Amino acid sequence: MDLNYLEFEQPIVELDEKISELENASKSGDFNVEEALKSLREERRKMIERIFADLTPWQTSQMSRHPQRPYTIDYINRIFTDFQELHGDRVFADDPAIVGGLARFDGRPVMVIGHQKGRDTSEKIRRNFGMSRPEGYRKALRLMKMAEKFNMPVLTFIDTPGAYPGIGAEERGQSEAIARNLHVMSVLKVPVVCTVIGEGGSGGALAIGVGDRLFMLGFSTYSVISPEGCASILWKSAEKAEEAAAAMGITADRLQELGLVDEVIEEPLGGAHRDPTKMAETLKSTLSGALSELRQLPTGEMLQQRYHRLMSYGQYKE
Amino acid sequence: MSWLEKLMPSRIRIDGKPKKTIPEGLWSKCNSCSAILYGAELEKNQEVCPKCNHHMRISARKRLIYFLDDIDVEELNFTLEPSDPLKFKDSIKYRDRISQAQKKTKEKDTLIVMKGNLKGKPIVSCAFEFQYMGGSMGSVAGEKFVRAIEACINENRPLVCFTASGGARMQEALFSLLQMAKTSAALNKLSKHTIPFISVLTDPTMGGVSASLAMLGDIHIAEPRALIGFAGPRVIQQTVRETLPEGFQRSEFLLEHGAVDMVVERLDMRDTIANLLFTLHEDM
Repeated sequence: MDLNYLEFEQPIVELDEKISELENASKSGDFNVEEALKSLREERRKMIERIFADLTPWQTSQMSRHPQRPYTIDYINRIFTDFQELHGDRVFADDPAIVGGLARFDGRPVMVIGHQKGRDTSEKIRRNFGMSRPEGYRKALRLMKMAEKFNMPVLTFIDTPGAYPGIGAEERGQSEAIARNLHVMSVLKVPVVCTVIGEGGSGGALAIGVGDRLFMLGFSTYSVISPEGCASILWKSAEKAEEAAAAMGITADRLQELGLVDEVIEEPLGGAHRDPTKMAETLKSTLSGALSELRQLPTGEMLQQRYHRLMSYGQYKE
Repeated sequence: MSWLEKLMPSRIRIDGKPKKTIPEGLWSKCNSCSAILYGAELEKNQEVCPKCNHHMRISARKRLIYFLDDIDVEELNFTLEPSDPLKFKDSIKYRDRISQAQKKTKEKDTLIVMKGNLKGKPIVSCAFEFQYMGGSMGSVAGEKFVRAIEACINENRPLVCFTASGGARMQEALFSLLQMAKTSAALNKLSKHTIPFISVLTDPTMGGVSASLAMLGDIHIAEPRALIGFAGPRVIQQTVRETLPEGFQRSEFLLEHGAVDMVVERLDMRDTIANLLFTLHEDM
């Protein structure tokens, strides 16, 4: 089984195999298989459409963590120019689980910050699977304050299983680091646009997720706890992750329905990893639209809107 | 069952709960040193064990009664109660969990807010009820905290919050997570009006509550030996697979690592906080 395909994608793999067999046959022999190939390819496209039109929340969760899914740096390379990464929190360390730096977006200066997972094993370890320690959030905060000082918008990309649960992280104030970011981002005097590009895992995601706009890619997820974590607490079994994923409403579409997400950015057929360039183009155009709206607002009004938006979160009876 | 009991072979394991020979209410047992304590004495000691100084968990309402002067106390926004925006259901429906918790604690949700006085100084104080779904923060707690801030601003009263919470409430999923942003944002308003916010971290203060309002005080006070942190010790242990240091994530550990200003015993809480507030907020 190809590990780059998820379980529910297996029918596609089977078709792919058939297609490549036929292609080989057409190369070696003199059979005319063009017609058959054409119909198989059409069948494949329809199958992908069908499978991806109706993913369960748990399948979406798997998509959001797909090993080939584009990460922050993949988008930075495609969307921005002149990216210059900046390192370190100036206090303790540089946390490679969060990347950030200056860049140009449509030619204008911006600050880009995002979680970064690793692609191969050694990079995964170096980046701690995108799980940040306090110094990562503090680096992000430093860059946001710099953006405010030089009056440039902040664009964040969220993709983390969560904040790292480690001894050192607790010693250095993981809670305080996250809380401080929420506090400061809510009043940062420049536009802040946040996009969940993969996994929006809890406080570790929110720590770079407070702003004027919240976007989610179509197959990304955002939740208070991972489905596995929720299942092991409430169902007393991590195996119930599928049910937990459904109960929590972690998908972009559901969260938009609930009024918590501003816009769902559609992914290419079969997911962002099947066409990262196209994904980046769509993402870029949404970001560009948001920035031009926000740039027109006087700062005071922008902050007021941000505050009202934050205060509107929640449903209760009175 | 504790892990130790699980390890023991079943034939030497003593099944069932220890027999209750103590009449309910009159006597109670310290869950740290096991001393048998006289109820009235324990009450007078604000549920701190007179033998070993263990600070027992207490209800939000009791907490505020112990803390505030006993005149001119007014509860704020007590009618707010949870709705169930996701129609959440695990083994039990969220709605049923709510009614169970309400029945058990006689509270509508976790956060109790009161307007009152501390040694004659007008303040607003709030406390989390840990017995209500682990003191978890959902939409109601978030909204009540924001309204407490507004009450502080309207009458120029400092805010003192006692946290006791496992974190964000899973049954409200992203709504709960966003309460972290909501409460943290609202605290900016309090700062803008130069009104002090004192955060008292009591056992336990974890997860989303710790990583938002609890860590944004002008002054952080912890009760002795309280468990305070972001990730729970069990999760950390499973992740790092090494023994956690002695006293890890306890108040004294946080003091040593610079996360809290002081560790204060419950019986000294009124004096200490009054003193701080009279100094910080003189113009009243």
